[in-house]
Amino acid sequence: MSPEPVRRDFMLGEGTGTGSGTGGDSNLQIGLGPAHPAMHGIIRIQTELDGEFIRKADVEIGYLHRAFEKDCEVGGYNNAIPYTDRLNYVSPLINNFAYASAIEKLLGIEVTERCQFIRTAMAEISRVCDHLTCIAATSMELGAFTVFLYMIKAREYLYELVEDVTGARLTISYGRVGGVKADLPDGFAPKMTTAFKETREVLDEVHRLLTGNRIFMDRMVGIGALSREETIAYSITGPMLRAAGVGYDVRRAQPHWAYDRVQWEVPTQKDGDNYARYLVRMAEMEQSMRIAEQALALMPGGPINVDFEGKAIDPAAYIDRGKQGKTEGLLLVPITLSPNLQGQNRPLHDRVNTSDKHVVLPPKENTYGSIEGLMNHFMLIMEGYGIRPPMGEAYFATEGANGELGFYVISDGGDRPYRVRCRPPCLPPLAALHRMIEGEQIADLIPTFGSVNMIGGELDR
Amino acid sequence: MQGSQILQRLRDRFGGAVVDSHEHHGDATLVVERAGLIDALRFCRDEASLDFDVLMDLTAVDYSRYPGREDGPRFEVVYHLYSIAHNHRLRVKVRVDEDDATAPTAVDLWPIANWFEREVWDMFGLRFSGHPDLRRLLLYEEFVGHPLRKDYPINRRQPLIGPKV
Repeated sequence: MSPEPVRRDFMLGEGTGTGSGTGGDSNLQIGLGPAHPAMHGIIRIQTELDGEFIRKADVEIGYLHRAFEKDCEVGGYNNAIPYTDRLNYVSPLINNFAYASAIEKLLGIEVTERCQFIRTAMAEISRVCDHLTCIAATSMELGAFTVFLYMIKAREYLYELVEDVTGARLTISYGRVGGVKADLPDGFAPKMTTAFKETREVLDEVHRLLTGNRIFMDRMVGIGALSREETIAYSITGPMLRAAGVGYDVRRAQPHWAYDRVQWEVPTQKDGDNYARYLVRMAEMEQSMRIAEQALALMPGGPINVDFEGKAIDPAAYIDRGKQGKTEGLLLVPITLSPNLQGQNRPLHDRVNTSDKHVVLPPKENTYGSIEGLMNHFMLIMEGYGIRPPMGEAYFATEGANGELGFYVISDGGDRPYRVRCRPPCLPPLAALHRMIEGEQIADLIPTFGSVNMIGGELDR
Repeated sequence: MQGSQILQRLRDRFGGAVVDSHEHHGDATLVVERAGLIDALRFCRDEASLDFDVLMDLTAVDYSRYPGREDGPRFEVVYHLYSIAHNHRLRVKVRVDEDDATAPTAVDLWPIANWFEREVWDMFGLRFSGHPDLRRLLLYEEFVGHPLRKDYPINRRQPLIGPKV
């Protein structure tokens, strides 16, 4: 008994033209993703292929939708900070600060000078991490695994910096409305110098490996290009816009934090293709490191209360004294508390947080050690109290790693945001992705998709 | 141009269609009639002194639980415009009733409006007349309701198990 003959369409798939009998003149439908190693995160691209060429592409997103905007509406203003970590999870600090700044705009308050410099420096470190990841992943997909390992090594140095400051690598939750969680730890500056030195060495190596590399250029030059007009019409911002010849950067156009007090350049390219995007990102990393270095050098110390006497006591003894009511002089006793784990060291608290009691939690020492501090803490934590911006709306934008990251926040006067809208920098490039890949070969989709630097968490929210 | 000058310019041009304008927190905001929306947006884009060439964001807000706005038009569609040449911003809003939850599409002006409007349809159930392809963007077609409406409970789950037969 002979086995059943294998059907031709089983071997060749749909669209081979077997039905029509004319022999293969219809296009082949191929779905890429959602679970495909080259789709960073999860996304599906339904393509219509004519041989190797993409004739039509439909991009489907939403696989990572987590109802970020809805979740923001059910908690207090600071409750959304951990959710913003998970928007662009490669550079979460920028999201934290942008969200906090939007609420500050709504409240009409200013953060301290030192805090603005901290935000600037930490945002730039995150941006370097983001660009490193983007170029590393793209080059790995083009076969340059060495570059991937080098760049991830450099990112590791920067992640260690982030970990020193925030206590976490990815889900950092370091921003706060009105300030940041804690001041920079001791010895941060020399660590940053070392990390940047390593990063610069890696960038130099990668330049030598990739920038003039024949294979790399064949895959990148002229591929995935988008004209200047179309880039603007699709609201694409960030490195992709600057690669198309428009020098728009929110940090330069509408300076916030400390961006107007440091010297830096906005690198641009003309061609708008994948190679131009690569060059812009490489140049921006150097500029970001420049900004971070200057921010750290210019960072003002701010007031530290040093006019008390006596030895530092440990937190447990401090709290015991508070419980027993022996609070006399307690507010002036220094305390040995890690500046980045258990809240703030009290003297450092004022340097990085706004003085508005209605916005910022008191230092933990005050919460545990005095009734005023405890009441202040309660008034910000209890449901129905908390941060209550006046009725109104505000839009705050900063330069995320992929473009303009905007938060549009509406307050109804209550303790919870009425509406939080995140303008995701990733969404416009994805909306225009079909324009970049149609007419090109399916293999070109990979570097183009890499240069878009899609981050699912921010795209799908 | 300053926000106040932009608003003055638009009020002069579209006097009858302008419902409201304000400048809270330095954000120039113009509220226009739905019938005059596309004209106003086109004017913002094409007029040389305004030159709003980027539709930075397009979203909507459900005002049904907002103090003082419970009876008014339920939705607002919000356009954030930006001009690269002049480095100024403008927020344009249009109010939309629940009974006739439709706004004219801006796809002809900015192609990015295609996805932004699909997201608004997905999340708020607002239709955009003239939109070429108004599918859901983030959720799946079988999803019932529109989650960013204020009457959609946060804890409602709609798992999608397997393909629909």
